[in-house]
Amino acid sequence: MTENLKIIEIEVLRYNPESDREPHLEVYKVPFSDDMSVLQGAQYIKDNFDGSLTFRWSCRMAICGSCGMMINGIPKLSCETFLRDYYPNRIRLEAMHHFPIEKDLVVDLSGFIEKLESIQPYIIPKEPRSLEQGEYLQSPKQFSDYIQFTSCINCTLCYAACPQFGLNPDFIGPGAIALLHRYNMDSRDGAAAERMELVASEEGVFHCSAVGYCSEVCPKHVDPANAVNINKTNAARDYFLRFLSPKGGSK
Amino acid sequence: MSKRRPYVRPMEGWWKKNPYFVEYMIHESTALFVAGYAFVLLVGLVRLGQGEAAWNGWLEALSSPFSLIIHLLFLVAILYHTYTWFKIMPITMPPIIVGGKKVGPGVITGSGLLAALGASLVMFALVFWLGG
Repeated sequence: MTENLKIIEIEVLRYNPESDREPHLEVYKVPFSDDMSVLQGAQYIKDNFDGSLTFRWSCRMAICGSCGMMINGIPKLSCETFLRDYYPNRIRLEAMHHFPIEKDLVVDLSGFIEKLESIQPYIIPKEPRSLEQGEYLQSPKQFSDYIQFTSCINCTLCYAACPQFGLNPDFIGPGAIALLHRYNMDSRDGAAAERMELVASEEGVFHCSAVGYCSEVCPKHVDPANAVNINKTNAARDYFLRFLSPKGGSK
Repeated sequence: MSKRRPYVRPMEGWWKKNPYFVEYMIHESTALFVAGYAFVLLVGLVRLGQGEAAWNGWLEALSSPFSLIIHLLFLVAILYHTYTWFKIMPITMPPIIVGGKKVGPGVITGSGLLAALGASLVMFALVFWLGG
């Protein structure tokens, strides 16, 4: 069976924190069939050549957001990227840019998780309602205001695409701001003023210089760059509203 | 004891590593040419305020071969800046809803470019009309 398969060279950026001073590239010759994803290529290496190769994956169908990596320098989900599209050229896998490498293709996401927590990614009701009062109603128009930004799977490819995040790791970044925007746009939510404090903060939207590559690489078409840039306008509006009304603006 | 030793990769030369970033840097740097051209016009305004001789001197300076080359450079850079400016416009704007549907990025970029073209034509017409 294997003799019918084509062979593709996969170059992987390896880093073992216990033995390596810095990452280095290693090349593997991987037999593949047309239906094999890059993730399956990495799994083939792990199963057949080096069991210590470390990478994250789970669902294999572009919904869990675990298997993001740099594929020939472009942030992609490895499960929905196919080896056949690179053959006969060599393919290079690296850990997602702009994050510290934990081991091989696994990056340290703790900074992102903290940011995600800080934006309060849940509905904080405008007014608490009792069960007897029934559900919160929302019109299709109100729903359409935020639905696009709910599609985020936290894969962080947008961070790997954002040079401003690479240069300033404190920047809240495209993914978390897109989610922040999702909750601020929800008619049931009442915590926009609190979240706007973060938007306008030192780590907020003004780190963005509208490179726009985050929206380009987003596998779920969330368009995080749009969320970030709309919030530049919102933060500026809040800033100037302060002068017009004692209670206008964020604070 | 933790064996963790997260490796932080350097950012040096980041913009050379991806064609998208190269285009971004060209876009951003062509803004300097926009500023440069605005400066040339501003100098013209100052010279106009200094009287006829100064104004004619400025006009003469504009028709020198050096000035023509510089202006050709301005034109190319500003055209590129205009194109890439409207290309990123869809991501920088709040959604525009027309007839219950979100206006697509192509329409926004297209309308921006058309508006730039229209404004340029109006300017040309004015210059020819006023210039007799």
